[in-house]
Amino acid sequence: MLLAWLLIAPAAGGILAWIAAPYGKQWARWISLAAMLADLAIAILLWMRGGPAIDIGPQGGWLTQLQLPWIPSLGISFHLALDGLSLLMVLLTAILGVASVLISWRDIDERVGFFHFNLLWSIAGALGVFLALDLFLFFFFWELMLVPMYFLISIWGHENRTYAAIKFFIFTQASGLLMLVSILALVFVHHGSSGVYTFDYFSLLGTPMNWWTSIWLMLGFFIAFIVKLPAFPFHVWLPDAHTEAPTAGSVILAGVLLKTGAYGLIRFVGPLFPDAAHWFSFIAMLLGVIGILYGAFLAFAQTDFKRLVAYSSISHLGFVLLGIFAFNAIALQGAVMQMVAHGISTGALFMLVGVLQERLHTRDMREMGGLWQAVPRIGAVTLFFVLASLGLPGLGNFVGEFLVLLGSWPANLALTVVGACGLVVSVIYSLAIMKRVFFGPRSGTGILADMGVREFTVMAPMIVILVLLGFYPQPLFDILQPMLGGVLPP
Amino acid sequence: MTLADLYTILPFDVMTVGVVVVMLVIAFYRHHALTLGLTLLTIAVAFYWLFPTGAILPRQVTPLFIIDAYAWYYGGMLLVTAAGVALLAYAYFHEHGGVREEFYVLLLTATLGGMVLAASSHFASLFLGLELLSVSLFGMVGYTVRRAGPLEAALKYLILTGLSSALLLFGLALIYVTLGTMQFGVIVRVLAVSNTLNDPYMLIGLALIVVGLGFKLSLVPFHMWTPDVYQGAPAPVTAFIATVSKAAVFAVLLRYWVEIDAYRFSTVYLVLTIIAIASMLAGNLLALMQHSVKRILAYSSIAHLGYLLVAFLATDGQAVSAVNYYLAAYVLTSLGAFGVVSVLSSSDRDEADDLNDYRGLFWRRPLTAGIFTAMLLSLAGIPFTAGFIAKFYALAAGVSIASWWLVFTLVAGSAIGLFYYLRIIVALYATPAAVGGTGRRTHAGAAVAGALALAAFAVAVVWIGVYPDPLIRFIQQATTLT
Repeated sequence: MLLAWLLIAPAAGGILAWIAAPYGKQWARWISLAAMLADLAIAILLWMRGGPAIDIGPQGGWLTQLQLPWIPSLGISFHLALDGLSLLMVLLTAILGVASVLISWRDIDERVGFFHFNLLWSIAGALGVFLALDLFLFFFFWELMLVPMYFLISIWGHENRTYAAIKFFIFTQASGLLMLVSILALVFVHHGSSGVYTFDYFSLLGTPMNWWTSIWLMLGFFIAFIVKLPAFPFHVWLPDAHTEAPTAGSVILAGVLLKTGAYGLIRFVGPLFPDAAHWFSFIAMLLGVIGILYGAFLAFAQTDFKRLVAYSSISHLGFVLLGIFAFNAIALQGAVMQMVAHGISTGALFMLVGVLQERLHTRDMREMGGLWQAVPRIGAVTLFFVLASLGLPGLGNFVGEFLVLLGSWPANLALTVVGACGLVVSVIYSLAIMKRVFFGPRSGTGILADMGVREFTVMAPMIVILVLLGFYPQPLFDILQPMLGGVLPP
Repeated sequence: MTLADLYTILPFDVMTVGVVVVMLVIAFYRHHALTLGLTLLTIAVAFYWLFPTGAILPRQVTPLFIIDAYAWYYGGMLLVTAAGVALLAYAYFHEHGGVREEFYVLLLTATLGGMVLAASSHFASLFLGLELLSVSLFGMVGYTVRRAGPLEAALKYLILTGLSSALLLFGLALIYVTLGTMQFGVIVRVLAVSNTLNDPYMLIGLALIVVGLGFKLSLVPFHMWTPDVYQGAPAPVTAFIATVSKAAVFAVLLRYWVEIDAYRFSTVYLVLTIIAIASMLAGNLLALMQHSVKRILAYSSIAHLGYLLVAFLATDGQAVSAVNYYLAAYVLTSLGAFGVVSVLSSSDRDEADDLNDYRGLFWRRPLTAGIFTAMLLSLAGIPFTAGFIAKFYALAAGVSIASWWLVFTLVAGSAIGLFYYLRIIVALYATPAAVGGTGRRTHAGAAVAGALALAAFAVAVVWIGVYPDPLIRFIQQATTLT
């Protein structure tokens, strides 16, 4: 039942915040914060409780589940379950959810109620994606998180918001429909061999099908997920959406929504179509490596701070794609570590852009420079996250990237070598941020407020988490260990 | 015809009596609210009698009608829709003044025509129902005689609908020439023993029927009248055309098709596949270029009929339940969408049609705009709405017969469709330039009628979108055709 509460808390909180907003903007904010803290508490409780894995299906490592009938006439049930991977993603979502509510505290002053409704509902949708074990339910949540995010971008976004919002929506929705076609085809193939209509993940695992069918179906899922990830050549929606979204939207988009793509690859593509995915792994890894380098090069060329961070996301998620399709335990652990660390570090960088934009009213790095003297605390915190993002040993991102490269080495040597070059480029663009924004001559004048208590309260836990992940990543691997066997091909 | 037969078609009887009563009452005492009340009462009584009579189904009533669960499912759908349109029309005409009471007589006759269509098992009753529906609709479209737009639309509708009826009639005649019968049941038996699959008269007849019904369903390339008539007609009438006339015609088409197993005629099947693809593409692409909300919705309804054909063309058992569900969802959603247009039109402007009229509506009238958003999302097929399950069902039907052209056109069409639905939604949530006039209200009763109807549609759309199981189960059990 805890799983249902994970979804009910943000959903109900969103509605309450919307209702309460006319009575005072603070109400909406406090209600949202309470809802997200409740989610975080539940996630931590689930983690602490741990306990022996329950046996509910062919894969191991499930901690808890919830199954209710929903549309039995079509073989659809409301089936949620949680394993180590889901748990990590839920924790990440809850942490970033709390952070995004806090960061919007003064950022959003218009239509506060509706804003928090959308924020919390897109978080609820993403949580549902991480928990759903019925393919129809999964698709339901997959689509559900888009609409509120669309509103977040198109109402509270920056200058070019309408264009960015529509582009985001059409890309993800169209690719989602491809996945729906694949899901349906899979269900019918399964019906052909078993005579039963079901959308249940466990029932559909190991469905016998001929070679080309499995390739096509796998591609339907794969494209939907790498559009969301995003990987080259489907990344074009991302820079616009991230740049135009309000800060909280960017944080949720980068930290959580992109992870749903990676999660889908791990949970569905490999296990449902093991042979096809294995056959396809070279192309997928190639796309990952292209993403690493291409994203990094484009990031370096940007003048807009937020766009730079957005392109760096493409680069970082290239590592995730590379790691997932290396199909071994080390690379997969690295990919998941990279997902968590990227969520935290990029989320924090987006918040810092927001912090700077609130003070300078620009994101253009050509108009910044020499800010270290004016706002040393912001500078120091930015330096930390920039170093995390470039993969400094001792921080979480390094562990992730290192394990991915270590694991993909035996899978494909050439691609690993090329991909490793991405680390060098990422150092260049990351340090360029520091140089252009915080060092050099001061371009503007006037006194800027340095980082306040509220902002630092948001940043501090994220710094702690990244350091912990960097020095002692073992707990994360412990959570992950039981489920690894289930999703890797034998 | 026996008394038992009359009892079986009691909902028809009630509607017929209702038409006469409403007409007589208007003749003696003209009162808008009273007329609405009588209309709603007639519909409610007819709806009530669907259930007791449903217990003795199926039953062939004269060679003309087959009363079965399928017929009553559509009968119920049409009655509910008609009640919704009546409420919307009350709100609309209350503001527009003029002579308004006769509208409800036409509404009842048109609905009766639709119900007859859904239950017809004979070419004669098919044609009778279709003409009853079309002729009444002609009167409804041009009802506000003092305005140019509706008159033009009515004339266009009259000419094209007359032409399509003529083509249909010719097609029916050709089939009669080939098979010597006009009764669906007998046609099935004749087809089973005779080899007429490639008979030219038969094929031409089927083709003409497709053309005739294609006009009524506004399938591409027979769709030209749709945007003009939808835009020109008063908003509640547009809602009626988009829902009742489409659902009734589709119901009879599906019944006819499944009974004679017309899937066997591979040429006709191919033609319908092409029509479906053309409707999905043309409807969606043309909608992109519109600035009028009614025209956007008109083109979107063309696209939706294309999606519906995808479900229709699935040869296995999925087809009937998919079409039945899709139509229910589509009817509710369209009714809601045009209902919002109608309610907004009824305040102080002629028609709330231009996209600019909707700018910032959410910040002035959040509930109306919220309902409109839900309807648009349902048309786009987003979760939590009936449209999502409907699109899912249509896709499932397409995938089940592995017709990938249809499936991928549906996917592409939906992606294009998002663009124009989002355009309206963007306008709804845009920062308002100035406080527009659509916030003013003049008459409480009219407002309540419109709001009541809209709220009911919104609840229904969300309800069958979140918990579709009862409806699906009902459709699967009750409305299969043999």
